[in-house]
Amino acid sequence: MWAFLHRFASPPHFYRLAGTLAPWLGWICLGLMAGGLYGGLVVAPPDYQQGESYRIIFVHVPSAWMSMFIYVVMAGAGAIALIWRIKLAEVVAVESAPIGASFTFLALVTGSLWGKPMWGTYWVWDARLTSELVLLFLYFGVMGLHAAIEDRRAAGRAAGLLAIVGVVNIPIIHYSVEWWHTLHQGPTVTKLSAPSIHVSMLVPLLLMAVSFKLFYLTVLLQRARSGVLERERGAGWVRELLARTESD
Amino acid sequence: MNAFLAVARRDLLLAVRHRAEAANPLLFFLVVVALVPLGLSPRRETLELIAPGVFWIGALLATLLSLERMFRSDFDDGSLELMLVSPQPLPLIVLAKIVAHWLATGLPLLVAAPLIALLLGLPARSLAVLLAALVLGTPTLSAVGAIGVALTAGLRRGGMLLSLLVLPLYIPVLVFAASAVSAAAGGLPAAGQLYLLGALAALSLTLAPLAAAAALRISVS
Amino acid sequence: MPPPEHESDSQPLLETVALSCARGERVLFENLDVSIAAGEVVQVLGENGSGKTTLLRILCGLQPPSGGHIRWRGREVAPGAPELRSEIQYVGHAGGVKLDLTPRENLDVAIALGARPTATTVDAALARLDIGMLGGSPVRTLSAGQRQRVALARLLTCASLLWVLDEPFTALDADGVATIDAMLREHIEAGGSAIVTSHHPVALGQVTPRPVSIPRAA
Repeated sequence: MWAFLHRFASPPHFYRLAGTLAPWLGWICLGLMAGGLYGGLVVAPPDYQQGESYRIIFVHVPSAWMSMFIYVVMAGAGAIALIWRIKLAEVVAVESAPIGASFTFLALVTGSLWGKPMWGTYWVWDARLTSELVLLFLYFGVMGLHAAIEDRRAAGRAAGLLAIVGVVNIPIIHYSVEWWHTLHQGPTVTKLSAPSIHVSMLVPLLLMAVSFKLFYLTVLLQRARSGVLERERGAGWVRELLARTESD
Repeated sequence: MNAFLAVARRDLLLAVRHRAEAANPLLFFLVVVALVPLGLSPRRETLELIAPGVFWIGALLATLLSLERMFRSDFDDGSLELMLVSPQPLPLIVLAKIVAHWLATGLPLLVAAPLIALLLGLPARSLAVLLAALVLGTPTLSAVGAIGVALTAGLRRGGMLLSLLVLPLYIPVLVFAASAVSAAAGGLPAAGQLYLLGALAALSLTLAPLAAAAALRISVS
Repeated sequence: MPPPEHESDSQPLLETVALSCARGERVLFENLDVSIAAGEVVQVLGENGSGKTTLLRILCGLQPPSGGHIRWRGREVAPGAPELRSEIQYVGHAGGVKLDLTPRENLDVAIALGARPTATTVDAALARLDIGMLGGSPVRTLSAGQRQRVALARLLTCASLLWVLDEPFTALDADGVATIDAMLREHIEAGGSAIVTSHHPVALGQVTPRPVSIPRAA
């Protein structure tokens, strides 16, 4: 198992494997997403309270899930990078950050678009939206720190450490924001949560969730490939690879 | 333990030798507080409503400004390397620096709090809770801040980045502390918030030295 | 049964095995084997930017190597392992001296941070380095050479087997160099060792450093 992990994590092996896997995952992701969108936008019936506008949950809810999921993956990869000094884990942690930030941003935008018909305004300091906003700041912090440190390896390790600090803090921040919200809850606020869910809505929602995961994986593999190439540009296998591409 | 005391003493000594510099965060705090009535309204009802929030946002920013002192100059003159090469446990040294930082910035805040509460029109009955919230809340600010400075110690212009890293992590302290003061000003019990602040302080004082020590090793490498 | 080897003689105190270091894309050195025996002063030679300082920082655990190992008394240890740190005194490029503290205060902190103090008092150490009467004035008011002496005074007050000195003779006058020379001799006579970098040859009368050069990486 250990030997397998080390072999998998060796940059040249990973580079080849990721190159083979990424297109496949990408196509499966596209298929599932098409199915999910069809199911969500066409097949599923309109909500009896919210009408058509609820359909944004098929993007909003999976994005919000992904925003948390990716942060946890990032912190996990950061921990592996710090403890076992595996280069690939650094790359995974660092390359996850912009993808996670994009999903967080998407969750915020779709959330506020959904809020417009419900609250009559694009932004309310709803507990979930506020938490997502803070999460976006945490992502920006990781990205900013990584960009600011010149040495690539130190930058990767520092960003990983910050992700771990963030992941310890997220539940605390989340709880404090929830608590703050119940304290200041105004009379007009409606809960921004998935309406009681019917199977015709649940299936496309799950399809979308899985396709978002695959999307993350596809983009992560591609980004990690270029990240590995960049970090290993001095290594023998990269030179060989270059020589081969040039001779082709 | 010897190392802990020696480092804490050293940092306090340095803070005393730089009295003028050490006073700046507090003066900044005062100026920010003075700006609020000018920008909003000097009416008592308005001020009373926002005073707890203004007070804590001011305290957060003042702490943020003072954080860099914790490791930056030690990084520049090589003293940090000595601490890292030292056989003494680095988290213990970091804890000493956190304690010294709190004594040099958190404590003056405590002393100035009654004056600032007066300027913001906070009712006198909330003063005890305000002080308790400061005692329990500001150690967390120093401890969590240490992680941020440790991560950015090696950067030439780390100031803006530091605020991006640290301020989101300060949110729980802001929420609980401001709400404790609001509750007390409104004549409500605030024990719950104070317990939570105490729990945060205990958690951050145990975990932050470990994280900051790891961050320092990365920054110095 | 084979006769037991004289371990203390044959075994180096510190050894690097195939140590390599890369800074970003640039490889500073590769497969570097350096050994330091007990009672020996090793002088690291190499042109500017060849990685002399980096080598010392790796030995102190301040920087991770990109490959290779470190052995301490024949046993492989992680860079920066506590057993290694408790036997090292490091005087780096930046001396680690606080300008707003007095030499005495600086040394007090260094002693508290060190593994164990020597019998030498702070005042005796400062006197030995000829800055005895400056012990109470802030280091800020001292000259560069005097500041370097404050940094080096640590070696007298904190006990350790291995001195790791990065350009210790910088800013020192002939008199200062002679003092360090004598300190090095006493240190190795007591069974200690030292690894020293210096970009220009220094006339040392009392110790003969063994030169080790860092080859340019291929």
